[in-house]
Amino acid sequence: MAQIDDYIPIVGESVVEDLRLIASRLKGKRIRNVNSTAVGGGVAEILNRMVPLWRELELDVHWDVIRGGEQFFEVTKKFHNALHGGPVDIGENDFEIFMETSRKNMEEMDISGDVLLIHDPQPIVLVKKRADNKWIWRCHIDMSNPEQKVWRFLKDFVVQYDAAVFSAASFSRKLPIRQFLISPSIDPLSDKNRELPREFIDSVLEKYGILTDKPLMTQISRFDRLKDPLGVIAAYRLVKKYIDCRLLLAGGTATDDPEGQRVFEEVTEAAHRDPDIKILSMPQNDLEINALQRASTVIVQKSLKEGFGLTVSEALWKAKPVVASNVGGIPLQIKDKYSGLLCYSPEGAAFAVKQFLSSPDFARRIGENGRQHVKNNFLITRHLRDYMLLFLSLYHGENIVYL
Amino acid sequence: MGKTARAAEPFRFYTRLHLTELTGLRANSLVQFVRQLKSIPGGSIYYHTHRFLQQHQHLSPEPPNDFAYWVQEILGEAELGERLASIDIIQFSTIRNLRERIIETIEDYLAQHPEAGTRFSRESGEFHFKKAVSFILPTRYVSYDLGEFMDTLKRITTDSIYFHIFEARLRLEKKTNDFSNWIETAVGNRELALAIARLDPYVYTLEDLRRTIIHLVGKEIR
Repeated sequence: MAQIDDYIPIVGESVVEDLRLIASRLKGKRIRNVNSTAVGGGVAEILNRMVPLWRELELDVHWDVIRGGEQFFEVTKKFHNALHGGPVDIGENDFEIFMETSRKNMEEMDISGDVLLIHDPQPIVLVKKRADNKWIWRCHIDMSNPEQKVWRFLKDFVVQYDAAVFSAASFSRKLPIRQFLISPSIDPLSDKNRELPREFIDSVLEKYGILTDKPLMTQISRFDRLKDPLGVIAAYRLVKKYIDCRLLLAGGTATDDPEGQRVFEEVTEAAHRDPDIKILSMPQNDLEINALQRASTVIVQKSLKEGFGLTVSEALWKAKPVVASNVGGIPLQIKDKYSGLLCYSPEGAAFAVKQFLSSPDFARRIGENGRQHVKNNFLITRHLRDYMLLFLSLYHGENIVYL
Repeated sequence: MGKTARAAEPFRFYTRLHLTELTGLRANSLVQFVRQLKSIPGGSIYYHTHRFLQQHQHLSPEPPNDFAYWVQEILGEAELGERLASIDIIQFSTIRNLRERIIETIEDYLAQHPEAGTRFSRESGEFHFKKAVSFILPTRYVSYDLGEFMDTLKRITTDSIYFHIFEARLRLEKKTNDFSNWIETAVGNRELALAIARLDPYVYTLEDLRRTIIHLVGKEIR
């Protein structure tokens, strides 16, 4: 696991000095994170990296995971889809299942601490047990157009927090509490993002039987309808008419996502045994995902909705040309035609992929800009800093805080 | 006082870090936009005229402010976008005056082009007003003469340079930047202080600004 000083060669000594300085102002405060899964998905991934680094900065940081059965996670998946604005069949029974598990968690969990950082809707009800401490609801979901019934239900809990945090301004709602904007981040030293030797990349390609005799167009994502894997296949077919290429769809499923297997089957069906389409349902293996991204010619992220879309920053960090949908937090990461190409449809995605494949110099330039943009804005050091400033802001109401 | 003389008072480097707070206010047309501009907190005006400097520091020189960008790219009002982008921010010593100029620029344009008031953005293109919460912290760096000052300039973060040049002057309503103030009053080198004060920092990237100031100081102590 990386130490905080290991980031100095990437971000500079003074950035790490700033982190130590801010952390010193939080001495004595106990911070507790709560989410719904220890592995899989972006939240668990970033907490796995951030918690040890905060501890190295001498912060008293804890991370707890709520418990829930299959029914509970079926309901929270419906919540997730509803907050993304999708049509969902949700009834009173679903809300009862949600509340029943929430009550059990409230009874069983230690939720002591000075600052409680609650991630996403699954543990949202815990706030009912709040004492005289600070509570933050961290929403990682694209809530730009939420289904109203579910949002009204959750809003009753949200307003009991001291602050809410969103990944993009368009996700914020009219709320009587303070709201902050914090982008997620990637860890440049994690297995998913660190530099890899060519031999390792080749061994991963060989292991999965991926050929690079033709340009490789790749989407790395969980098998989830909101990631639009069928749209990626449609885009690939449009590109293929003009440029002979291969498509790779690779990803796993999170433990809190029961829908993944169904979507995987739909995608396999849609590929029609095309020998140039490779569909990989992989167990969590960050080094291999890293290798697949590095082996790709173009990376695609054609999500229909996206909380943030960390796979975009991962690809940009590897200086890859990226084609991604203009949704959620993606436009924060890609400034169109500068650090990537944005699209709205399979046709638009196909057009953008063709541009990159036909103009390697353009693709290289855009990829390099993207890496620089991620370095300035989306690395874990900035994320650690923002959260610490957020914790401090709860103790200061003013706009200019002297520490 | 000599060129590398020890200053009466040392220069203490501070850094400014910021957190973005969402105001929940939005606009989808110029009319709504100008109405919000009249009532949003001063920190929001500051945020939207300075965010690009830090977030897209490699994109500069002369990055657009958020207002100009939205008017031009989302509403398609290129001429108004140009007018807003070319507001000479360095000439304003208070946020209040800057706010008035931005509002005046838009209202003048609307009076000349009433049809511009009838254009609306898509929901996904709405302007979201944000504001910055600034955290000001002392760093461990202190300089007693221009040589030490130049060495420290090479080491500090661009956030620190940003604080002493931009934030101190406009948001905290000091009349000049902190570097010029110290060089003139504590080091006694008025010429160098003026040379730094004369720079228009809005047309540099923060790294270019660092290099330019180091160059100016370096010429003095050689």
